[in-house]
Amino acid sequence: MAQNPTESLKTTPLIDQHIAAGGRMVPFGGYNLPVQYLIGIMAEHKWTREAAGLFDVSHMGPSFLTLNNPSGDAEADHAEIASIIEPLICGDIAGLRLGQIRYTLLLNETGGAIDDLMVARSPQHPGSLYIVVNASTKDGDFARIAAAAGGRATLHRADDDALMALQGPQAVAVLAAMVPGVSELGFMEYAPFDWGGEKLIIARSGYTGEDGLEVLCPAGTAPRLWDALLADDRVKPIGLGARDSLRLEASLPLYGHDLDETVSPIEADLGFAVSKRRREAGDFPGASRILAERDGGLSRVRVGLIVEGAPAREGAKILDADGTAIGMVTSGGFAPSLGKAIALGFVPPRYAETGRKLQISVRGRAQSAEIVPTPFVPHRYFRKPKAS
Amino acid sequence: MTTKFTLDHEYIRVEGTIGIVGITPYAQEALGDIVFVELPSVGKVLKKGDEAAVVESVKAASEIYAPVAGTVTKVNEALTGEPGLINANPETAGWIYKIAIADAGELDALLDDAAYADLTK
Repeated sequence: MAQNPTESLKTTPLIDQHIAAGGRMVPFGGYNLPVQYLIGIMAEHKWTREAAGLFDVSHMGPSFLTLNNPSGDAEADHAEIASIIEPLICGDIAGLRLGQIRYTLLLNETGGAIDDLMVARSPQHPGSLYIVVNASTKDGDFARIAAAAGGRATLHRADDDALMALQGPQAVAVLAAMVPGVSELGFMEYAPFDWGGEKLIIARSGYTGEDGLEVLCPAGTAPRLWDALLADDRVKPIGLGARDSLRLEASLPLYGHDLDETVSPIEADLGFAVSKRRREAGDFPGASRILAERDGGLSRVRVGLIVEGAPAREGAKILDADGTAIGMVTSGGFAPSLGKAIALGFVPPRYAETGRKLQISVRGRAQSAEIVPTPFVPHRYFRKPKAS
Repeated sequence: MTTKFTLDHEYIRVEGTIGIVGITPYAQEALGDIVFVELPSVGKVLKKGDEAAVVESVKAASEIYAPVAGTVTKVNEALTGEPGLINANPETAGWIYKIAIADAGELDALLDDAAYADLTK
């Protein structure tokens, strides 16, 4: 990400922890953050898939949107707060259960993604939503949401707090040993918890494709919580490098790369984020384009590719078998779990079927590539057993 | 046997008329885990500063330039299957290519041990 050198980098409440652990600090999204620690990206990536990785994601934009004058009727208050945010996004917020989190997109009038974000219904405060947006877009997103709220609700930014993610098959067991009850959370649910008198907001969500948690915590508490988690030898700190390779293998889009203001949710293969109720009502920004694309009027679609040879990076041209340019890589790199190069990119739908042989131009040479199903590495999210 | 260094952290170890080129321990540490190496073809004629190879880490691709002019005589095929040799042993098993040095005088412009140590301290 380009940085303005005259603008000083922000730090997170965990800066001392990163430096003490040998983090290699880089500018990212306006923050000084570790791209890796001493063991390196490859080992950090694999550790997260096998045990538990701890990430500082305090650059992200957590916030709470709260009604100014709740009626006291919990359902009516939720309907009211949902009616404020829904006109900006394509997700069904009115229909969320208590504590349920939904992945959705902020859309412009032509159906392009202004951001992708999480919106959750408070499990305890009627008329309150927990909203987490991306670092690089947070000021604009917050302004947009606050404007929509007008005098009806107030957006409380929580991005001076610390946000950390604990991800991997051991993540929940690790945190449950310190904070009883977190293992009761279902995937995409959150709740407040107490840790030695400190309030933690814990969500069962993440950006790695693994089971795991994201924890919002007061800045002053963060170093102590970080150190306590790392005291468990199942946990290692993980930098931005592995965060990117993990999400790429999980085929999770990165805003500003796989998503931007020209890309619709259907093009991005995020049709699931256009909730059924909203789709049927057609009451979200860019609905005419998005519904037409859903009915087949699609000119490009996000796909996953396995690339032979050198990794194909963002901006590499995707070619058909004859060498004609048909699309572009939006994220690409080496997949540590697969031991090969993978890429996300956009191609016209007629090239998008699994098994299709294409090429990608890397440093002026056409390399073989093949469309494969995504995610590249299967998601291992926690699913609560169905009650019998 | 002399080893000289570039400002871009390549080394060239001179054995007679042949130079063995790789990247320094400092460079491999900075790049992190190397996952792919694009080798030059044997017989390729390089001018000083030409792109000779590409070393890819998980995060990024880095060009490896020719420290001096010459002709590629041999490449380290082992890196194709095991690019991590550059991380493990950058100065020995992780060499990248050998070059028949066209003009030994070009070596004089490169950094010696002391100057390179100074650059990376």
